Amino acid sequence: MIRTEEMLLNVGPQHPSTHGVFRLVLKIDGEIITEARPVIGYLHRGTEKLAEDLQYTQIIPYTDRMDYLAAMTNNYVLCHAVETMMDLEIPERAEYLRIITMELGRIASHLVWWGTYLLDLGATSPFLYAFREREMIINMLNEISGGRLTFNYMRVGGVKWDAPEGWIEKVREFIPYMREQLKGYDQLVTGNEIFMNRVKGVGTYTKEDALNYSLSGANLRCTGIKWDLRKEEPYSIYDRFDFDVCIRDGGDAWARYHVRLSEIGESLKILEQAVEQFPSEGAVLGKVPKVIKPPKGEAFVRIESPRGEIGCYIASEGKKEPYRLKFRRPSFYNLQILPKLLVGQNMANLIAILGAIDIVLGEVDG
Amino acid sequence: MDGEKDLEQLKKEAAAKAKAAALAKKKEKEQSTTEEVSAEEEPMDIAKQKAAAAAKAKAAALAKKKEKEQTTTEEVSAEEEPIDIAKQKAAAAAKAKAAALAKKKEKEQSTTEEVSAEEEPIDIAKQKAAAAARAKTAALAKQSADTGDVEKAKAIAAAKAKAAAAAKAKAAAQGKSAGGSDEKAKAIAVAKAKAAAAAKAKGKASGADSAAVSEEEKKPSPNQPVLDKYIKIIEEHLGKSILEDSYINELSKDVPTLVAKPEAYFRLAEFLKYNEQLSFDFLSELHGTDFETHMEIYTHLFSYKNRHSLALKVKVARENPEIDSLQPLWAGANWPECEAYDLLGIRFNGHPDLHRIMLGEDWIGYPLRKDYEPYDVEV
Repeated sequence: MIRTEEMLLNVGPQHPSTHGVFRLVLKIDGEIITEARPVIGYLHRGTEKLAEDLQYTQIIPYTDRMDYLAAMTNNYVLCHAVETMMDLEIPERAEYLRIITMELGRIASHLVWWGTYLLDLGATSPFLYAFREREMIINMLNEISGGRLTFNYMRVGGVKWDAPEGWIEKVREFIPYMREQLKGYDQLVTGNEIFMNRVKGVGTYTKEDALNYSLSGANLRCTGIKWDLRKEEPYSIYDRFDFDVCIRDGGDAWARYHVRLSEIGESLKILEQAVEQFPSEGAVLGKVPKVIKPPKGEAFVRIESPRGEIGCYIASEGKKEPYRLKFRRPSFYNLQILPKLLVGQNMANLIAILGAIDIVLGEVDG
Repeated sequence: MDGEKDLEQLKKEAAAKAKAAALAKKKEKEQSTTEEVSAEEEPMDIAKQKAAAAAKAKAAALAKKKEKEQTTTEEVSAEEEPIDIAKQKAAAAAKAKAAALAKKKEKEQSTTEEVSAEEEPIDIAKQKAAAAARAKTAALAKQSADTGDVEKAKAIAAAKAKAAAAAKAKAAAQGKSAGGSDEKAKAIAVAKAKAAAAAKAKGKASGADSAAVSEEEKKPSPNQPVLDKYIKIIEEHLGKSILEDSYINELSKDVPTLVAKPEAYFRLAEFLKYNEQLSFDFLSELHGTDFETHMEIYTHLFSYKNRHSLALKVKVARENPEIDSLQPLWAGANWPECEAYDLLGIRFNGHPDLHRIMLGEDWIGYPLRKDYEPYDVEV
């Protein structure tokens, strides 16, 4: 008879498939995981503490470093919170630039996920394709903001700079190109049998679990809940665009794959309309006081980041620094369900499950 | 299991070693610094130096005492360790607080001299804060007494009080004598007074503006009926005395906000989740804030059924903050509560695995508290 005994196994903190410094303490019985304990905090930089001594504009670069795959949404959530408190009016052109950069960021973020997830599962070439397209987006964002990943582009009341000459045209040309590539992705991977065997029915959870564990974004929509803050609680000018909220019913890694991939298509739809409606002139920064001082009180806003619901809480004393700043970081919340998903699973499924959650460790640790 | 235990023990041993080393280092440094200070005292800011010296001397005395303890009980057993750590923590906190107090007082003294009666209320507030801080040190000392020797703790507390009083007296004397001659202080004070006057004028102007605006359009928020409905349902089922406050937060997209009484917090949350008409099935956010007079837990709930948000708040005492955990209701509250425990020291009763999720178990102090001073063995 084959005898197995319990073994303690550390995955990480330095492990290529955790996409950062994340550690999992596993108890395994043979190949089966009996207990999983995530250990986080390796990348905790105390953003919220640092922010208490900074003016609002000075905090924006720090937000870049939380979810460094989609820094535009992070920039925006802070500005949006301050603008909500101060009841500021944002110029049209700035709103459009914000939407365009945020949606480009969303596509880039999903591309990284798509490429690295397949790399985790053993497919090398999709990664190269994904990064080719992502590089084009990053070049565009670099051109408008001056940074490849840490943009520091948004400001309270608008954006830092106007788009350079011909930039909008570049975005316009990118849309059909990306659509074509998206079809290619589908042909390359989606129907692949090995891939389907690795993700179908893996890491499944129910609608109730998803709500109970405070999941959001694609992790929530893969259980059939039609919820996207861009649609349901429209912020900025998202109510002007026609797009769908992508949902699936499976609740497994396969469903999450589909939701993310089709979200790229929806972002392209938004981009197309935004570029079409883009005002030919106008200011990119509204009338904002030189020193930004939100009124005394508190506010919590939430918006849709590529990873889910990102929120920003500000408690203000009416000073130029926040009294307390807190980010609701979607990866931090989404990762909580991992131990539940891993117990009873084969070791080989560990990476398939972890990867499908789509975490960014900079965001998990804050 | 064995592996984990071993690890734990190893960790403990390592921590103990590191701490002993830090203590020795600290002592050495303190002795050398106190000598230095007494040797080259300059007349310019005697008060500051003296206050610092007093604080340092106190700390040195504490450290010495502690060392004595250690030498008498040659072999510190594993059981005693937690007490020792608690003491160290208390000492570090007390030191930091004493330093802060001395600093604060000095600042006050130099400014109050010049700035007239206008600022008096602020001054009083500051004094109050200082008094509160002092009370806290006393409480802290008491706490350590619970775990260790009562007499010793009392002595420490008395010494602390004395040192604080001395520092205060000295600072006051210095401030008075220096106030007339120190040109720099004068200039600063004048500038401050000017700035204050300007700010006041500005505030008045903007205040008048906003008052006019609010009088014009003081419409009730669109969410007011929703809030009224919630309150009605809650009062019908749970009684009238469960809520401390309720209002519409106009700064936060008009979100209905409920402030629960601490003892009813869990009951209210449970009701909000399971009541048919409310069914807040999603916990979007949970975090704590140190408001200096109290701690506050802010929870943002959402109902996918009714598509509606609600902010639930509860105020917790700042000393030994404790509150019921919401983890049994929403599994998603697990890590956020750990985070609040880690960074603010709020204990959540009924939480299955409350641990320091970001900083690790050997971190001293709670960084997001407003009076936090980093405890670094290298400094």
